[in-house]
Amino acid sequence: MSQARVYLDNNATTQIAPEVLEEMLPFLRDKYGNPSSAYSFGGNLQKDLERARDRTAALFSCHPTEIVFTSCGTESDNFAIRGLVDAYPEKTHVILTKVEHPAVKNQAPYLRKKGLRVTEIGVDRQGRLDLAELAAAMDNETLLVSCMLANNETGVIFPLEEICRIAKEHGVFVHTDAVQAVGKIPLDFSRLPVDLAAFSGHKFHAPKGVGGLFVRRGLKIRPFLIGGHQERSRRGGTENLASIVGLGRAAELAAGRLGEEATRVRDLRDRLERGILRSIANSEVNGDPEHRVPNTTNVGIHFIEGEALLLALDKQGICASTGSACASGSLQPSHVLRAMGVPFTCVHGSLRFSLSTYTTPAEVDYVLETLPVIVGRLRELSPFRSLREIEAFGA
Amino acid sequence: MWEYSEKVMDHYEHPRNVGEVQNANAVGEVGSIVCGDALKLTLKIDGGLITDARFKTFGCGSAIAAASALTEMIKGRSLEEASRITNKDIAGFLGGLPEEKMHCSVMGQEALEAAIADYRGVKKEVHKEDEGEIVCKCFSVTDQKIKRVALANNLHTVEEITNYTKAGGGCGACIPKIEDLLEEVWRGESARKAPGGRLTMVQKIKRIEEVLEEEVRPILKRDGGDLELIDVVENKVIVRMMGMCQGCHASELTTKGLVQEKLRELVDPTLEAVEDVPG
Repeated sequence: MSQARVYLDNNATTQIAPEVLEEMLPFLRDKYGNPSSAYSFGGNLQKDLERARDRTAALFSCHPTEIVFTSCGTESDNFAIRGLVDAYPEKTHVILTKVEHPAVKNQAPYLRKKGLRVTEIGVDRQGRLDLAELAAAMDNETLLVSCMLANNETGVIFPLEEICRIAKEHGVFVHTDAVQAVGKIPLDFSRLPVDLAAFSGHKFHAPKGVGGLFVRRGLKIRPFLIGGHQERSRRGGTENLASIVGLGRAAELAAGRLGEEATRVRDLRDRLERGILRSIANSEVNGDPEHRVPNTTNVGIHFIEGEALLLALDKQGICASTGSACASGSLQPSHVLRAMGVPFTCVHGSLRFSLSTYTTPAEVDYVLETLPVIVGRLRELSPFRSLREIEAFGA
Repeated sequence: MWEYSEKVMDHYEHPRNVGEVQNANAVGEVGSIVCGDALKLTLKIDGGLITDARFKTFGCGSAIAAASALTEMIKGRSLEEASRITNKDIAGFLGGLPEEKMHCSVMGQEALEAAIADYRGVKKEVHKEDEGEIVCKCFSVTDQKIKRVALANNLHTVEEITNYTKAGGGCGACIPKIEDLLEEVWRGESARKAPGGRLTMVQKIKRIEEVLEEEVRPILKRDGGDLELIDVVENKVIVRMMGMCQGCHASELTTKGLVQEKLRELVDPTLEAVEDVPG
């Protein structure tokens, strides 16, 4: 069977916007010079670089010099955490959350090896951060809180303003992994007092291989990539100009899509979610439905396994993702859903759909026609129809 | 996404013998929802012959395919024949499984064992006695199972054990214990292959040097390549590729396929060859 692809995995990556590609192409063809060179070949490439920076800064309402371009979100997170830790060797404590992306979560063993203490703050059943636990974890030695803005698996948004307020009371810096929030919700760093924020181009229709870090003016931070004078000596290495230009254009497009367009995507997401809950018994939404990015839904479908679901969806041309262990290659189911205390039956059967500005109502309807049939077929195969049967199994 | 064979996809999309046998006289239930896969196998056994077999599976595509394949393999077989089916046979029937998914075939074999034990009235006691001590707490895998699967499938590394049993794939706290078990399983084997019992470190290094000199380097030199022994750390043999081998795309294949195989065959089956990449 062949049909059009229905791509609902935009939290994994997004398509490059046609307008973005268009602006990038000259830099991949003729304007291939090095922005650091002195001649006028290709025009003033420094200017193109700074224009991209201005456009990116506009999306965050920050000053252009507060934007450092990097190669990806993971580099930005590494830069933020290690750069700050190295700048303040006298501070010995870092706070993370239990639901961070691996780019942040996997810093913990490294930091511990360096002799730092690392505390990981938990979340409740809805994926909401325990702010009391956060406040209690801070002491004189605490350097930094690194907490994501929006969760990649559930879309749950953390109350960053409140987190900043608590941190500032204790003289603690705040880094946020904003990778899943940029382009989905408005961000205003002139108001929100975070010190550092990581973002990644390919999550909002720029190409892969380019990202950035917001570094608040005046913040002391060590460069992560030591090299030339690029990025005001904070990130050595010849600029990936074509991609940076693409990122700038994507930021501009994103800024224009945070109002009505975000509402349209939210309505589509809600229609998908309601449709699934209505047509599939024993299904539930994972994550606080009130505080979520508009494009993401994570539904747990009891008694069946996520990878089997993905295989069947893929056959029908639908791309989604799951928190199941079997799909990850790690054997461990989603650490995010486990931290929330979602029961295993629901974790293994979790499905994430993440929409984009290119998602159409017809695509959502197609998923709503297809998914219940697949679930019905897999449930026929399942030895479980109730929690009671799960408990009795093998006994 | 995993690379599944056509046969796996066929059995996943069109599973055979789904459901439960009415009046089954042999039932095997293995796995658990916590681990992410579970299999219920029901059989009708008549005069020593398996006349019907059906299954229900909670699990990924390959778990479904392995269970479906199993029922096809045992229907119409005598109990005697069926009891000789191993997880390797199940994987083979499916045209192979990705390494990381071999545990699905192990689950099939275990369900069959449990069902036969149930029929014989041993009521899973066989497994209870066989259980031993839980090594991997994340997936409730016992030392007995690890040893059994390691021997049956010729597994030498923790990674392989994880692929076949899931043990060690969770928090990883049990990995040292799995290493000890592997050492225990293969100690006899290595003594058999290397005359004079267990090798001392000095003997081992000497023997490794001999094998590299006589068995490996001549082959590499044919292609203008070479290698140098850098160090031996416990069971890790660190080699550096030289000449044409250096930076060759296939150098990892050479390290694992040629060097490691030769060393395992001729020195110690627990050895692991690792390529030292110059900084």
